[in-house]
Amino acid sequence: MSQPRRTAGAAIDDARAQGRSALVVYLPVGFPDVDSSIAAARAAVEAGADIIELGLPYSDPGMDGPVVAAAAQQALDGGVRTSDVLRAVREVAATGAATLVMTYYNPVLRYGVARFAHDLAAAGGAGLITPDLIPDEAGEWAAAADEHGLDKIFLVAPSSTTERLAMTSEASRGFVYAASTMGVTGVRSAVGSGAEALVRRTRDAGAERVCVGIGVSTAAQAAEIAAFADGVIVGSAAVRALGSAPGDAGIDALRTLVTDLRRGVESEESA
Amino acid sequence: MTAEHGGSAPLRSATGPYFGEFGGRFVAEALIAALDDLSVAWDKARVDPTFALELSALARDYTGRPSPITEVPRFARSAGGVRVVLKREDLNHTGSHKINNVLGQALLTKRIGKSRVIAETGAGQHGVATATAAALFGLECTIYMGEEDTRRQALNVARMRLLGAEVVPVTAGSRTLKDAINEAFRDWVTNVETTNYVFGTVAGPHPFPALVRDLQKVIGEEARQQMLDRFGELPTAVVACVGGGSNAMGIFHAFLDDPDVALLGCEAAGDGVDTDRHAATISKGSPGVLHGAKSYLLQDEDGQTIESHSISAGLDYPGVGPEHSWLADLGRATYRGISDAEAMEAFALLSRTEGIIPAIESAHALAGAMVLGRELVEGGADPQDVTLLVSLSGRGDKDVETAIDWFGLTGNGGPGLRGADDADAADERVGE
Repeated sequence: MSQPRRTAGAAIDDARAQGRSALVVYLPVGFPDVDSSIAAARAAVEAGADIIELGLPYSDPGMDGPVVAAAAQQALDGGVRTSDVLRAVREVAATGAATLVMTYYNPVLRYGVARFAHDLAAAGGAGLITPDLIPDEAGEWAAAADEHGLDKIFLVAPSSTTERLAMTSEASRGFVYAASTMGVTGVRSAVGSGAEALVRRTRDAGAERVCVGIGVSTAAQAAEIAAFADGVIVGSAAVRALGSAPGDAGIDALRTLVTDLRRGVESEESA
Repeated sequence: MTAEHGGSAPLRSATGPYFGEFGGRFVAEALIAALDDLSVAWDKARVDPTFALELSALARDYTGRPSPITEVPRFARSAGGVRVVLKREDLNHTGSHKINNVLGQALLTKRIGKSRVIAETGAGQHGVATATAAALFGLECTIYMGEEDTRRQALNVARMRLLGAEVVPVTAGSRTLKDAINEAFRDWVTNVETTNYVFGTVAGPHPFPALVRDLQKVIGEEARQQMLDRFGELPTAVVACVGGGSNAMGIFHAFLDDPDVALLGCEAAGDGVDTDRHAATISKGSPGVLHGAKSYLLQDEDGQTIESHSISAGLDYPGVGPEHSWLADLGRATYRGISDAEAMEAFALLSRTEGIIPAIESAHALAGAMVLGRELVEGGADPQDVTLLVSLSGRGDKDVETAIDWFGLTGNGGPGLRGADDADAADERVGE
């Protein structure tokens, strides 16, 4: 009954074996509706995403910029439930892609941390990315994740001290999520040069794999980041593409973007 | 003089990050450095005599502290005839207790070398207070306010602008206080190098619950001494309204280790705690994480925040400070819901019996005192032996529009508001 589960680490290592960085695509479940978000995630896998982050929409997304926050609100207005997210995990993980859930902590706490870990693992999910849960507060989640062999992906930021980079790297499994700039999610014309320094500092602090997110929207930016990071995370740009047109046209726009980004993460090998 | 509670550490010694199982820091890693800096700066400042001197000079010369206590015998007729004493935070500069917190945080902002402050506001009282402190200290200031609230509290928006602050209407989510907090956090994480977040209540990630409490505890420290000086004894109970809970923590704190003093927090029950339109977080909520801390909150089965409802914008918040959640679970403080109708009755009653127009927030505490006083007397207490100390956290100028709508005070002239209790209360003052 449990699905075979692909971890984020395996997906990154396979990409590395091909001489490239992994492409990670974020999509919130329920945007524009649950079935379409599942179809969109599967399309992203076909177009070259190695890892899918399924967003669990939350009423108070304090770390998200306007694009992701509006998509989450639309999903909630459409009645999306935590159970829908677990169904989406099952259907996306069936593609063979590593499938993570990105969620604020309260929905997990409310569902029951141990129960969530159990159900996520049973659905074939790889683990969680927790933007408002730092390792210092994550004892209950870490224990549940360890029991089920789930990835625990914590974030680091340019403001993180060396001590915290080491602590967070130690606490993470799968990869460490490096927030490229100080700020919320969203498309930016330039990804801060601080990203490369942060990746280096995080590796020096002991991280095995480091992926970079926040602000990445183009193939050129993806290529630039792929030159120094193990993975490139694209969120707001994917959401924007999916929302650019209704129905299949939105999914086609997403497919085009992901194909393009995949070329970006592959181009650094020749650089 | 300080009673130990159950033989363990004094309750007053709690400094966070945790209050029992509540509190903590559920925020983005990007904010941790700033929160650590603030914690370190506060740990130094709170024991620094120079800081204490600066703060107490501001409190005296700018805010007008100590605020007096006022006995209100005509009002007290409606509270079972017990003695009711108000702690007059409404007389502070800017009209509420909020100034106590912002002056301390503005001083701290200077100390950590930042040049800009941001704040969230619901009713506008904290926004006005922050804009005031920013003007006084020459700091750049941006206030986030739900678009819905900017409409409800247009006068306070104008006050903030006069004081030189930029007011940003927040159009996300429910367009109220909780969304203004989300937006302020987004600003902070982006501009943290130059900017300090002046949080308005005893909620949020550590160190805010302890920091704001420390800056508000002057209310209870003054009141406790004033009660001893004037009446020779401590009150039977201390009553305060609770939204996020800063005035309540401020007045409760000095009494936490006086086990004979009951503590009553009055939450906004809106249309009633048994309806789905209220803000009674502790009475009707459950533990969870919101805005950076674990505490009681109003949430649905999936952990999505439920929008709160109250006639009082300042209490219209689906969360509450973690120290209150702890005191509730310990049984040290009791929390009960006061409906819009009960609060507005108390609002009118204090106005016409004592000549004091309270903030609608504070009117929830007045209504709670009315209920508690009657209950105690019905339970057999001699009214002469009961004293209720009520935090009058703010004045009601900002609420006149709401009162016009509620009581139908439109048109030209007409009689004043009367209540059934007025006739027999008329000569009470003579007997004092």
